[in-house]
Amino acid sequence: MAKDALLDYDTAIKLYEPVIGFEVHVELNTRTKMFCGCANAFGQGANTNTCPTCLGLPGGLPQVNGKAIESAIRLGLALGCEIAENCRFARKNYFYPDLAKNFQTSQYDEPIAHDGAVVVELESGREIEILIERAHMEEDAGKLTHVGGATGRIQGADHSLVDFNRGGVPLIEIVTRIIDGAEADAPEVGRAYVGAVRDLVKALGISNARMEEGNVRCDANVSLRPRGSGTLGTRTETKNVNSLRSIERAVRYEIQRQAAVLESGGTITQETRHWHEDSGTTSPGRPKSDADDYRYFPEPDLVPVAPSREWVAELAGTLPELPASRRKRLRAAWGFTALEFQDVVNGDLLDAVEATVAAGAAPADARKWWTGELTRIANVQGVEASELVTPGQVAEVAALVASGDLTDRLARQVLEGVIAGEGSPAEVIERRGLRVVSDDGALIAAIDQALAAQPDVLAKIRDGKVQAAGAVIGAVMRAMGGSADAARVRELILERAG
Amino acid sequence: MSEINADLVRHLAGLARIDLSDAEVASLTSELAVIVDSVAKVVEVATPDVPATSHPLPLLNVFRDDEVRPSLTVEQALSGAPARDGDRFTVAAILDEEV
Repeated sequence: MAKDALLDYDTAIKLYEPVIGFEVHVELNTRTKMFCGCANAFGQGANTNTCPTCLGLPGGLPQVNGKAIESAIRLGLALGCEIAENCRFARKNYFYPDLAKNFQTSQYDEPIAHDGAVVVELESGREIEILIERAHMEEDAGKLTHVGGATGRIQGADHSLVDFNRGGVPLIEIVTRIIDGAEADAPEVGRAYVGAVRDLVKALGISNARMEEGNVRCDANVSLRPRGSGTLGTRTETKNVNSLRSIERAVRYEIQRQAAVLESGGTITQETRHWHEDSGTTSPGRPKSDADDYRYFPEPDLVPVAPSREWVAELAGTLPELPASRRKRLRAAWGFTALEFQDVVNGDLLDAVEATVAAGAAPADARKWWTGELTRIANVQGVEASELVTPGQVAEVAALVASGDLTDRLARQVLEGVIAGEGSPAEVIERRGLRVVSDDGALIAAIDQALAAQPDVLAKIRDGKVQAAGAVIGAVMRAMGGSADAARVRELILERAG
Repeated sequence: MSEINADLVRHLAGLARIDLSDAEVASLTSELAVIVDSVAKVVEVATPDVPATSHPLPLLNVFRDDEVRPSLTVEQALSGAPARDGDRFTVAAILDEEV
């Protein structure tokens, strides 16, 4: 594949105004599929959750999952949308083996929710309002695995294998209006917006919201408008960008690529593009042409959906505190700086820190343990920090540090023990003998022994080379099994040497 | 008169993956034109106070409870497949234009 020429990002932004837009697909966590009673489950044996309806066999008849409608209405309300008084499903006709019916049951001119807005906050503190054009219901497609291509992607494949377990799983597609004015922040706006949608569906409890499992997927539209020009440029749509970081990278890449094409006198082809996670590049997919002639028509096998205003009002009453306002409230309550708070949010540790504070820890301590040591261990083990220990255990350890019973270092060992399954913090402390030795007598004995063993060090300290005490501190800490307060040991060494 | 012409019929046939001979294109062009013109007549008599109908029954909000029902077995699901590989359907790579 030829490598795309890229224009330097700052130059691209100086010459062109990026115009972006996003389509986000959210997979709902209903027990069953959108139009049949097959289980909606991830990671099961291929083609174990199929029936005549989701396989498109003759005689199969769709039946709408009421829970999915409820989820769609709640999401629509959380996005500030109006909920349609009457809407219908439509057939979107296309031939592609990821759906055996040769059409996807979707919504066309009558989405269930429309005209909303989400405010996203960037790391700089800048807030941008993203207007939502619509959110509509549809079904997911089956999973294709391309065989013969080098990396399992479409390119170079000679045939494909299909698993229809995902075919028919309820999806909500959220479409933004054109976002202009994002300027150089455009890539971050993409990441922040999709992150906000992910947080929202998680808070609503309507999706597992795991991007790595494809529960939230994003198509990013990017075009460039020459500065001073009133007309929009030709856009590309980069499909299936499935992590927040990738969205930022993909938008940035398209801005740089399109700018280079335009600067060299070329034109942008309106097309879908594939995102390549490994190389951080996009490559052309099919041009937008025949394939987009979907010949939508109302689904004759389904009757209209007309949510009563009473039902909509009742569902509005079930909305939880929305993530953006929750974040504002917690940040103020905890007194964190923007950066400190961002650390917690980026680490997906808001729940953990909140619960730890609720269990009695100081907010700063809760943040320190979760974003520091626990995140470090989680990264090493390849798990989520919140899977390692409970907020109650962290609060218990933090309390022992605050009371002087544990040093930070001992506290780390306690957490290590808890993570290793050695029991509660109290049990680990008991078994490993990790309490701070506050008995000066024991410390002094160890210090005298260490000083005697290192007479040269003792001489240096007496010469005023206080930093030489470090070697003795190390020896004493080892002798005490780490269970001494290093600052106190240092004080005592200087006393004993002096 | 409708706008159905031979090119449009060929386009639609392509979208529907139907291989038509020139003779079939010619006959379908005139047949589809008659159908479209007939529908256009219906549109003329439909006044704004007649709501569009996609379903003949006056039903709304027919929902199913979110309860799992038995699925087909893998063997049943694959029984009609022209080709399979293990538990999955094998299909031709149709997007070779993307290479």
